[in-house]
Amino acid sequence: MARDDWFGLKSGKARKLARKSADAVPDGLWIKCPKCGEILFNKELEKNLRVCNKCGYHYKLGAMQRIAMTVDEDTFEEIATGLRPGNPLDFPDYEDKLEKDRKTTGLEEAIVVGTAAIGGRRVVIGAADFTFRGGSMGSVYGEKIVQAVEKALDERLPVVLFCCSGGARMQEGILSLMQMAKTSAAIARMSAEKLPYISVLVDPCTAGVHASFASLGDVMIAEPGALIGFAGARVAQQAGVINRPPNFQQAEFQLDNGMVDMVTPRKELRQTLIKILQFCCEDIGNAA
Amino acid sequence: MPPSASNILDFEKPIAELEAEIEDIKRLTAEQGVDRSEEIAILEQHRDRLMEQIFSRLTPWDKTLLARHPRRPYTLDYVRLLFDDYTELHGDRLFTDDKAMIGGLGTFDGRQVMFVGQQKGRDLKERQFRNFGSAKPEGYRKALRLMKLAEKFGRPIIAFVDTPAADCSVGAESRGISEAIARNLMEMSALKVPIIIAILGEGGSGGALGIGVGNSVLMLEYAIYSVIPPEGCAAILWRDPAKAPEAAAALRITAEDALRLGVIDEVVPEPLGGAHRNPDLTARTLKTAILRNLDELCSMTGDELAAQRYQKFRAMGQFLTMPELAEIDAAAG
Repeated sequence: MARDDWFGLKSGKARKLARKSADAVPDGLWIKCPKCGEILFNKELEKNLRVCNKCGYHYKLGAMQRIAMTVDEDTFEEIATGLRPGNPLDFPDYEDKLEKDRKTTGLEEAIVVGTAAIGGRRVVIGAADFTFRGGSMGSVYGEKIVQAVEKALDERLPVVLFCCSGGARMQEGILSLMQMAKTSAAIARMSAEKLPYISVLVDPCTAGVHASFASLGDVMIAEPGALIGFAGARVAQQAGVINRPPNFQQAEFQLDNGMVDMVTPRKELRQTLIKILQFCCEDIGNAA
Repeated sequence: MPPSASNILDFEKPIAELEAEIEDIKRLTAEQGVDRSEEIAILEQHRDRLMEQIFSRLTPWDKTLLARHPRRPYTLDYVRLLFDDYTELHGDRLFTDDKAMIGGLGTFDGRQVMFVGQQKGRDLKERQFRNFGSAKPEGYRKALRLMKLAEKFGRPIIAFVDTPAADCSVGAESRGISEAIARNLMEMSALKVPIIIAILGEGGSGGALGIGVGNSVLMLEYAIYSVIPPEGCAAILWRDPAKAPEAAAALRITAEDALRLGVIDEVVPEPLGGAHRNPDLTARTLKTAILRNLDELCSMTGDELAAQRYQKFRAMGQFLTMPELAEIDAAAG
């Protein structure tokens, strides 16, 4: 499969974004797997959806890459654009950090939302990007999710969200915390309207995002090996969490404890989504 | 808890010293029968002026210390002071009874209400018993069970927030602390009875918000409401927890800040010197504020209440919209 096939997006802009937001791919031809140490041919890795073909390590993906890999070719249209974080707290260095992340990722914020088709079924889809402020949720992130849900409510569409986040964005303080309530309340409306919401937890999905909309999927999927949990690494360290099992806060730990429905390898994800959507949407999203 | 060296804050020390002096004179008066009331009155005036001076210049970090003051009234203190009587209810019906999260039936100015809230402990033993006010999933599920019960019988809910954070132990994680908080946020947004939140001390992050989605959100003057403890923020940003005072300022965690940012509706003033100097007066002021809000909310229908609450949180956040940017995007297609 050629790179352009699974990128799906025809527009040059989207492709450019996808490349930019990819998870720190060195420009070289070869890349070493951080888990097993295998030396991987970069092009092969791309073909394998950025999963190590020896040990199955799942590399992080940029938001646009993620969407492209999931939706039917050339169907994604971004919505809820034109929003930019301010600096409501006058937090030191915040604006500079945002500007830097905008430049390196080509994204406006840490999450991209839009409409697309998956297996011919119209959906609202969103994907967060760890390379933008650690995928942290501030006011714009929350607003984009709510606008995506509102789109789904208006047009009676299912929602698929790839949840990836280090937590609430510290630099927007208490306003970030409120995004947890704001997004969860929006999900309540979907539920009341009997519209399906599938959350896919990808590495890492922690803290404020995990403790809000990410944990409210009708069906919850996790990617293998993803870090998923309430306390971020440094918070847990400060709180002195003891007796951690070896797989603590990993996707498989969450599966064992009944907190996700399945751990699904990236290769099978699209087909899995198609199956779940088929179950949930008798006549939702078919109008496309 | 009597004042002792360990539960007096640094900036309270000059006040405590004056008070010790006043107490000495009073004791001598009693022992020797000499009237020194004039002297006492002067010293008391002096103390009040000193207190006003100190309290007019509190930094966000000072307020953080006040919010965590070991003598600060806790949820049960307010429950006893606010309600004509109350009956605690226990357990989440799924796993256990979380001692860090209390709740039950209260008679409030003659009305039946449901209350929930985090509970801290006073001494070492009690603190451990209450898990330092950090609730586990079962605590949030217990609170939700009680709030649903309130909805079933059409009773208003009063939630008292006072927690450093939700518990993040292996046990809490195994039983889905994230799910428990997320579910509360979702369910609370749609409950069809009035919900009044009173932030009493520490409004610690998701653990606070987990019972914090209300129609009216009130906050005591020296309480704090924060996305992360100042120590944690300092550790992450500057790799130095000792810079917590700077982080407390940067994070805008005071009641005044929360009001300005549109996160709360009302700051409830505390007596001079803070709630712990006069819990009765604090409770009376809080009661008046809750009653006023309750009266307003009780005139609304269930649907109106849910809609008002939804819209309130829907509007939270600050950002710039850039229609011109959207146009460029659309053109680039």
